Amino acid sequence: MLGRTAGGLYWMFRQLERSENTARLIEAGMRIALTRSSDVEKEWESVVATAGQRAAYLERHERYEPTTVIDFLLRDRSNPSSVRSVIDQARANAREVRTALTREVWEATNNTWLTVSDALARPVLQRELPTVLGLIRQESAIVRGSLHGTMLRNEPYSFARIGTFVERADNTARILDVKYYVLLPSASLVGSSLDNVQWETILRSVSAQRSYRWRSAGDASARGIAEFLILDRQMPRSLIFCAKKIDNNLGHLAETHNARHDAHKQSDALHSRLAARDIDSIFDEGLHQFLQNFIASTYELGQAIETDYQFTA
Amino acid sequence: MDVRPGHFDEMHGSGTTVRAPYVDYQDWFADEDPRRLLKKSADAEALFRRTGITFNVYGGAEADERLIPFDIVPRILAASEWAVLERGMEQRVRAINAFLHDIYHRQEILRAGRIPTSVISDNEAFLPQMIGMTPPGGVYTHIVGTDIVRTGENEFYVLEDNARTPSGVSYMLENRETMLQMFPELFTKSRVRPVSEYPTDLRTSLGACAPAASGNRPTIAVLTPGIHNSAYFEHAFLADQMSVELVEGHDLSVEDGRIVMRTTRGSEPIDVLYRRVDDDFLDPLIFRSDSQLGIAGVMDVYRAGGITIANAPGTGIADDKAIYSYVPDIIDFYTGEKPLLNNVPTWRCAEPDSLAYVLDHLAELVVKEVHGSGGYGMLVGPAASKREMASFTKKLKANPSKYIAQPTLALSTVPILTRAGLAPRHVDLRPFALVSPDRIRITPGGLTRVALKRNSLVVNSSQGGGTKDTWVMET
Repeated sequence: MLGRTAGGLYWMFRQLERSENTARLIEAGMRIALTRSSDVEKEWESVVATAGQRAAYLERHERYEPTTVIDFLLRDRSNPSSVRSVIDQARANAREVRTALTREVWEATNNTWLTVSDALARPVLQRELPTVLGLIRQESAIVRGSLHGTMLRNEPYSFARIGTFVERADNTARILDVKYYVLLPSASLVGSSLDNVQWETILRSVSAQRSYRWRSAGDASARGIAEFLILDRQMPRSLIFCAKKIDNNLGHLAETHNARHDAHKQSDALHSRLAARDIDSIFDEGLHQFLQNFIASTYELGQAIETDYQFTA
Repeated sequence: MDVRPGHFDEMHGSGTTVRAPYVDYQDWFADEDPRRLLKKSADAEALFRRTGITFNVYGGAEADERLIPFDIVPRILAASEWAVLERGMEQRVRAINAFLHDIYHRQEILRAGRIPTSVISDNEAFLPQMIGMTPPGGVYTHIVGTDIVRTGENEFYVLEDNARTPSGVSYMLENRETMLQMFPELFTKSRVRPVSEYPTDLRTSLGACAPAASGNRPTIAVLTPGIHNSAYFEHAFLADQMSVELVEGHDLSVEDGRIVMRTTRGSEPIDVLYRRVDDDFLDPLIFRSDSQLGIAGVMDVYRAGGITIANAPGTGIADDKAIYSYVPDIIDFYTGEKPLLNNVPTWRCAEPDSLAYVLDHLAELVVKEVHGSGGYGMLVGPAASKREMASFTKKLKANPSKYIAQPTLALSTVPILTRAGLAPRHVDLRPFALVSPDRIRITPGGLTRVALKRNSLVVNSSQGGGTKDTWVMET
């Protein structure tokens, strides 16, 4: 397939994943703002930081007012990561790679664009926000469902999946990194209600508050949450899960092309580094340092994939 | 339904009876609830929107995607009517290919004095780079979309031979799909010839024109200017339907005398390039140097026989409006036959007598730019205001050779569905011909464009025209 098409698919699915992640971040932010009286601005600041848009936000706004943050993350076209922007880009990419998509995936993406653009055409009132956020997640799920249900498991599928998991790995790592201090055993006051709220926010941001409870048999701890989001092989948004999926899909490409590239080396290394770790060694290294390294490695891996598969001339 | 006086209605003739090809449809229609049909009509629009069958409009503030309105009443042609059109088109297409070969080689037709040399030498569509070059298989116009209008029971005229990069075929296919989905019962009642073979035929036909050195499964690609082009949907649609790559200029480069595309596993050579990029933008080394849409060096590869370009560069000389008026001579010169389809009588404003006539009769005539397309820059005399006529008169006097004029034809109408029931609207027809060295394939049907405004004669989608499914009956 064309390198440009591979790149289009990779970015299309990164963007769709990002729209869903941003919706989830806002949901978690709302929740904390509703359940806490003080420091609401600080929470919204960390939401913007997790989205990686602090600098862009401060160029336009001085304070982290909830309505301003929400509008910036959902609708602001000058924010290239706003839900509206990424859905626009995802749909433009889908048009560009139309021939590599099944009719179902194309129509689901086009419909997402039509529906979400319509829902975000005007500022979203607070009472409509849950519905709109739900809609964004649902639309993204429909695209993913049609991808699974209708696409051949060939090159286009692999690039779509790699894009999904590169974006997701980056997102989970950022969520953890922005809140790493509440996960540090030293800083944690055992049983403090503050930490409980913070922990729940982290889990909500990855839609995992229930699955974590199942996994930990109701026994929440900072260490447990970090382990769950970094090293749990069954948790579909954990770092190791994403790294494994990227590695598998790159493996399929290597098989089809009968060629391994730099990206394969990097991906193998990233995955085996995680597989060899336990949570104690990560805390020993320093959680923040570990997450920073992971974010940097994922970024480099993304760059290597773009070069190895000739996304651009 | 009241037919428009003085105009032939394809369903109702002159108004009293339903014409034979429409009898079955009329029976079905009479039993339908008009409200159900109006709802179906709205459903069709939603379907087009959801599937992204849109075109981009030039000149808007930002890229604007619109739907081409679709009317659910089919345009129906009897088998015998189609047979006439098919033979006539085939004859024209054959003659045009012979003309192109001649004009880029010995120019016998000029030597014989059948066409004035100036019509060729002063023409920007004539490409000197094509002189002495024979495209693989001798085919110049791989795809032709001939614009045909009707004025009576047996009166058809060719308006234009689109021999460069005719568009609209995706609407022919999607309109039929839509009709099959919405009104399956109609197709069990009436035997309509299918159009769905077109993409397979296109692939076969293009493959048959590959350079001689290509293997028996030549690699075909569709070249698009990109997602902002007005016909992008069609480019993606055709590539998808043919199962070939949709490429842009920056995906391509020249390697070892071949045009290659950049793929995830390296460079892969292309044998046939179905380009939807105009000549001007094809090769920045030869034509517009600022073009990002083409491939630097493609003309050298082409001239050395390393690739087939469809349609061949320089075919524009054959569908130019200045050449149009000579097509009957062209048919006679190369085939020795009488033209089977009429040309519209045409005054060439470059000729002083014609110009004088045109200026005297502006109110009755349609004046067109020789190099224009898309219905832009034309004057429809009977519909023009005094001011428009005055300003056009100035333009004509300043630059007469830029214009031709034709009588306003009493175009036929076909009913469309409106809130008030059926209402007659003017239509044209663009069937598509595929040319390969061994044969010419014409898909039974084509694109029917319809002027949705009452009494309007302008069917162009850029100016508020819509489309209809076109049925050619089996018997």
